[in-house]
Amino acid sequence: MNSLKFDTANLICGLLLIATGLFFAYQSFELELGTAFRMGPGYFPFILACALILFGAIILIQSMRVDGGPIGALALRGMVFILPAPIFFGLTVRGLGFVPSIFVTALIASFASGRMKPLTALVLSAALTVFSVAVFSYGLGLPFRRFGPWLGY
Amino acid sequence: MDLFNNLALGFATATSLENLFFCLIGVLLGTLIGVLPGIGATATIAMLLPITFQLEPVSSLIMLAGIYYGAQYGGSTTAILINMPGESSSAVTAIDGYQMARKGRAGAALAIAAIGSFFAGTVSTFLVAIFAPPLTQIALQFGAAEYFSLMVVGLVSSIALAHGSIVKALAMVALGLLLGLVGTDIYTGTPRFTLGIREYADGLNFVAVAVGVFGIAEILRNLENEKTRSVLMAKVSELMPSREDFKAMVGPVLRGTAIGSILGILPGGGAILAAFASYTVEKKVSKHPEEFGHGAVAGVAGPESANNAGAQTSFIPLLTLGIPANPVMALMIGAMIIQGIVPGPNVATEQPALFWGIIASMWIGNLMLVILNLPLIGLWVKLLTIPYYVLFPIIMAFCSIGVYSVNSNVYDLYAVAFFGLIGYALLKLRCEPAPLLLGFVLGPLLEENLRRAMILSRGDPATFVTRPISAALLFLAALVLVIVFLPSVKKKREVVFQEED
Repeated sequence: MNSLKFDTANLICGLLLIATGLFFAYQSFELELGTAFRMGPGYFPFILACALILFGAIILIQSMRVDGGPIGALALRGMVFILPAPIFFGLTVRGLGFVPSIFVTALIASFASGRMKPLTALVLSAALTVFSVAVFSYGLGLPFRRFGPWLGY
Repeated sequence: MDLFNNLALGFATATSLENLFFCLIGVLLGTLIGVLPGIGATATIAMLLPITFQLEPVSSLIMLAGIYYGAQYGGSTTAILINMPGESSSAVTAIDGYQMARKGRAGAALAIAAIGSFFAGTVSTFLVAIFAPPLTQIALQFGAAEYFSLMVVGLVSSIALAHGSIVKALAMVALGLLLGLVGTDIYTGTPRFTLGIREYADGLNFVAVAVGVFGIAEILRNLENEKTRSVLMAKVSELMPSREDFKAMVGPVLRGTAIGSILGILPGGGAILAAFASYTVEKKVSKHPEEFGHGAVAGVAGPESANNAGAQTSFIPLLTLGIPANPVMALMIGAMIIQGIVPGPNVATEQPALFWGIIASMWIGNLMLVILNLPLIGLWVKLLTIPYYVLFPIIMAFCSIGVYSVNSNVYDLYAVAFFGLIGYALLKLRCEPAPLLLGFVLGPLLEENLRRAMILSRGDPATFVTRPISAALLFLAALVLVIVFLPSVKKKREVVFQEED
């Protein structure tokens, strides 16, 4: 069996698609499928999920035949700092308020790059906060609380 | 003449002080983004979409359209000056444009690109004005079955024009359609795939998905291996092309405009394809094919005209049928829906000022670009020296604010992070995000029309092939699928997309 060569990207891709397809198929099955005449909420998604599983299977089979090259480096540091930034903003924008929330969000995102120096990050985040408050809060009048209840406002 | 009355109305709308201002803001922002590599037009529009909600519908769409063609211009500027196409559609321009710049003719190359683009923009704006109304007349006769088939055509074409594996593109469409169905079922009110989270009952936020899949994923990819951008800029002098240049560019500009106008209507990314097609044609018809790759005027003029014409005519399916031709148009649909406009053939009759205002603003926007772009080149080049690590905290902050401001739903921000991860995974697994986004937008519409058509026909699926327009459209879709799977076409397609990379 060792003679089989897999294309890693396609292998993962196929498996992920099949798993996603199974998830959606299972979920649609729980809904009412209905008939072709009167389709229930689960009918169309069920067909799509089956199609997705089929495509996933084809990609899986293809992964044994073609080698498309390695996946390459992963931006691990990027993922660790970029993805939590919007989540943090979502968690705190109501509690802390817009001003502190956007400052910390920018600060978190700054550390995604190894080249950013701490002082630069602080200055950049502060400037960004001032700009955003001026433009979005005062300029466009978006209904954000500038400082939230967690800070005693 | 109806056409002139309509255009007069359009220009009256587009030249109001307010709309001129937003058009200007749009083209400036667009150029800015086009110049900065790493953030494409799709991600920008997704990010800036929320800002436009506070505006009038006409102004917001004019501004978004401005960003779109502004980005095309900006992309070609960097392609010529530093051999770095800011947008994928200007990748072709870099080939000969940069060579011209190295020979000290950067100014002429920029002027040729600008003039070619402006000419193409003018012609294709008129094409949109001429062909949009009769098409809306046809579209008004469309029933549920026709709409379903038409969307199938759109999805299939997006597969045909996607990079890489066709099966993967098909899978992306299916995945996008499924994601589009998340939310409450319109007929029964049953929540679907919401994982019990009430905040997703209205469906996943389109802006959040687009920002995640295009914006965040792109940032992560750029963070993989950070390189310092070295800006070895050719000096820009003598903007005016010589008489020989003008002679050399007439043919390519005309052909490029024609090619671009036709390919732009195709769903799935016509502008990029148009630039490649034009370059190939010019090289074939040229008396001096050996000049190509060493600074041929035709190699700049043709593709630049073609991609601008394509960018313009891709508005035709959007304005007449409410069907997006590419991800940017999908975002425009999102913008229209949020503004309370139902995209489709009714827009032209119900909101003539909006419809013609957008068309007229395209031409005005192009004029602004010609006037502004050349004197401002120095400024754009300065922007290139901003290091990337300074840019993306800014992008992340604006993304977060933008997505949250759409409907103050914090779950949308979690969706951004989730789809950022998904988008990055798809990038790494060599899957194209464009068909996914198209599927996402069309998912609910496709299901609604399918179900309605089936109810109308009492459960008989033959309705899709017995109605002539629907049958013709499905035949077209099948034809496209068969063609992309033909071995010879498949091979050629791989070659074309490889050149692009």
